[in-house]
Amino acid sequence: MKLYDGGKILIGLVVFLAFVLFPFYNNIGKVNAKPEPKTDTPEIQEWEKVNGKKECVESKEFMQREHMQLLNNWRDAVVRDMYRVYVSKSSGKQFNMSLQNGCLHCHSNKKKFCDQCHNYMAVKPFCFDCHIQPLEKEENKS
Amino acid sequence: MSLDRRQFLKIAGISSILGFGASVASATHTIWEKGLEPPQIEPNKDGLIAKRWAMVVDMSKFKTDEDIKMVTNACHQTHNVPDFRNPDGTVDEKFEIKWIWQEPYERTFPGAENQFMSEHIKGMPFLVFCNHCDNPPCVRVCPTKATFKLSNGVTMQDEHRCIGCRFCMAACPYGSRSFNWTDPRKAINAATENKAYPTRTKGVVEKCTFCTERLQFGKMPACVEAAPKGAMFFGDIEDPNSEVRKIVSSQLTIRRKPELGTGPAVYYVIGGSDHA
Amino acid sequence: MLEKAFEGGKSYWAWLMFLGALALIGVYYYIQQFQFGLGLTGLHRDVSWGLYIGQFTFLVGVAASAVMLVIPYYLHDFKKFGKIVILGEFLAISAVTMCILFIFVDMGQPMRIMNVVLHPTLNSVMFWDSVVLSGYLAINLLVGWVTLSADRKGVPPPKWIKFFIYLSIPWAVSIHTVTAFLYAGLPARHFWLSAVMAARFLASAFAAGPALLIILGLIVRKVTKFDPGKEPIQAVGKIVTYAMFANVFLLGLEFFTAFYSGIPGHAQPFKYLYVGLEGHTELVPLMWTSTILAVLALVLLVFPQLRKKEGLLAFACVSLFISLWIDKGFGLIIGGFVPNPFEEVHPYWPTMPEALITLGVWAIGFLVLSMLYKIAVSVRERMAGIEIEH
Repeated sequence: MKLYDGGKILIGLVVFLAFVLFPFYNNIGKVNAKPEPKTDTPEIQEWEKVNGKKECVESKEFMQREHMQLLNNWRDAVVRDMYRVYVSKSSGKQFNMSLQNGCLHCHSNKKKFCDQCHNYMAVKPFCFDCHIQPLEKEENKS
Repeated sequence: MSLDRRQFLKIAGISSILGFGASVASATHTIWEKGLEPPQIEPNKDGLIAKRWAMVVDMSKFKTDEDIKMVTNACHQTHNVPDFRNPDGTVDEKFEIKWIWQEPYERTFPGAENQFMSEHIKGMPFLVFCNHCDNPPCVRVCPTKATFKLSNGVTMQDEHRCIGCRFCMAACPYGSRSFNWTDPRKAINAATENKAYPTRTKGVVEKCTFCTERLQFGKMPACVEAAPKGAMFFGDIEDPNSEVRKIVSSQLTIRRKPELGTGPAVYYVIGGSDHA
Repeated sequence: MLEKAFEGGKSYWAWLMFLGALALIGVYYYIQQFQFGLGLTGLHRDVSWGLYIGQFTFLVGVAASAVMLVIPYYLHDFKKFGKIVILGEFLAISAVTMCILFIFVDMGQPMRIMNVVLHPTLNSVMFWDSVVLSGYLAINLLVGWVTLSADRKGVPPPKWIKFFIYLSIPWAVSIHTVTAFLYAGLPARHFWLSAVMAARFLASAFAAGPALLIILGLIVRKVTKFDPGKEPIQAVGKIVTYAMFANVFLLGLEFFTAFYSGIPGHAQPFKYLYVGLEGHTELVPLMWTSTILAVLALVLLVFPQLRKKEGLLAFACVSLFISLWIDKGFGLIIGGFVPNPFEEVHPYWPTMPEALITLGVWAIGFLVLSMLYKIAVSVRERMAGIEIEH
């Protein structure tokens, strides 16, 4: 059987494979360790001293799944509807609805926390284009 | 049942459109779902509230250029407004961003000057900033409600939503709005920036917001706090007991371009006042 | 039918490659602009809209001009336009595509474009502009495709297409009226705050668009075997003539109101454009070029003895198109922003990246146009001699 236009087909096939397999051969040799976000900043340790345990606005499972949606809702509530305070569903505690002055107050280590999962998932949220991230500090080794 | 190629493609096409549409719809349900509502969210109990925030400016209380600079610097520092400069130190007028600044009388109230007016009066400084109009043309034209009216009268800016079309800049009769022609962080000093307030990013419009973020915590706008005594008043003009209401109802005040029907909320006292 | 766009001789492919190269240059500079910000253009705080929005405004007009062929043919049974209505519809598709691209390159945050759809704002003219332009593109794609497919099969098009054809008539008027409303409702800009803006826009559209159609028709006759015909071209020429007179008249009305009233807000922008203001004369040569080209075009168009000579008609159309491109695609926008709300003059001039991005968008538009015309012409060539019934 003759393969008509065989030359064009083979070239097309090579180009197709080059595109489709790009993510795989581009990442050969790159280390992709499981993300390990660290929650032991001085501010979190301070909270732990005062409250007896580490706790966030909501549970870890909730935050992992929903922090993007939560932040979007906070954004609209604060900027558009003039609200300021969030009442936690899990603890009933009140929190200032703020990424920069709330979340990042405790999670003051973007590289060891936020970036861990974001880099692993190749997600680039543009929050930090505007919201100033805290300076990375040395961890308290105590 | 035998399908010919055309029928097969039609069925395949419609199924994939329906399937795609269903997956988009299930993903976008999070966008259309309701946001947070009380009692899960509350306003800050220390927050300042008003029916209609307004500003009264008495330029006669500004004695020196330094007085004026204190006010503009307070605002720009608090809000991380970038400071673009040319190599020779002058302001780069192309990239310049300003929320509050001074203009001479003849520029603040163009057309109000006359040929016999002294240069001194023509050149008298006035602080200009967003007027937070009752009937703002910028809000009318914004295609995404990125600029909108709060129920307390403030013309607010939602930097998350702005698409940078700059229609609001064309619509503003007062030149109050600035656009980020490039990344503002190039002209912000990271050592002295206000870490409690965000910067903006390239491609969005910004302007004075009557310091809503400070009002929410019970503080007066930064400019009012930095101004000399009696120079700037900020209050609820619908409250008969507020300073701004008392001044505006008893003294001669003028607003910029009143003939346009925008209803500015910034009143300039003429003739000085005894209010302090 | 689509495959006809990919079947062509050496000169066809050379033309597409040339346009493709210009488009790629535009894409390259757009990437630079996307990364740096719109500061790469000549825009600044006082003139915040410039070349991109000017081109968008001009091209909405060109897109609307398809209606000048649709009305005579479909409403008044002017059979002479039967073979060329498709050229008008395909020009509309190409023009609206360019409009959308110019909006896109002008946006500060183009990745947020969906916000216009997710947060519809009924009081915003810009929201309505996006609605009507998208609708117009869809209508022309549908009508163009269905009628051309029917022609290719030698049958009349399906009856239901008549609804969309008739719809396209008020829709064409609406796209340019809405675009004019972007400008005419702004209390801040006295140069634009005029009741005749929409009328001016429509008049200049119905002059520039058909003028371009005549030029394209003559080119099609030269490079393909499809001849639009002498009489259809002459008929379009008459439309161009009347529309241009209306346009110039309306512009004259603006001058009268501005200068007879003496109100500075109205007169100053005209002064800036035509004689200079406060020592700034950057746009004066350009505006007078536009005026001279307009007068030249009108002289050649008004006399039938001159208009009948196709060479002179073509020259008149080129002159008119350039004149209106300067006036609407540039002067109109800058005039609105100068002087600024503080009555200061801060001039604007496009930068090279800005000009190359603009050229790139035009190249993409002409790519779309060339490929669509190739399809239309192939059908016409194939069905030459067979009468069209719509």
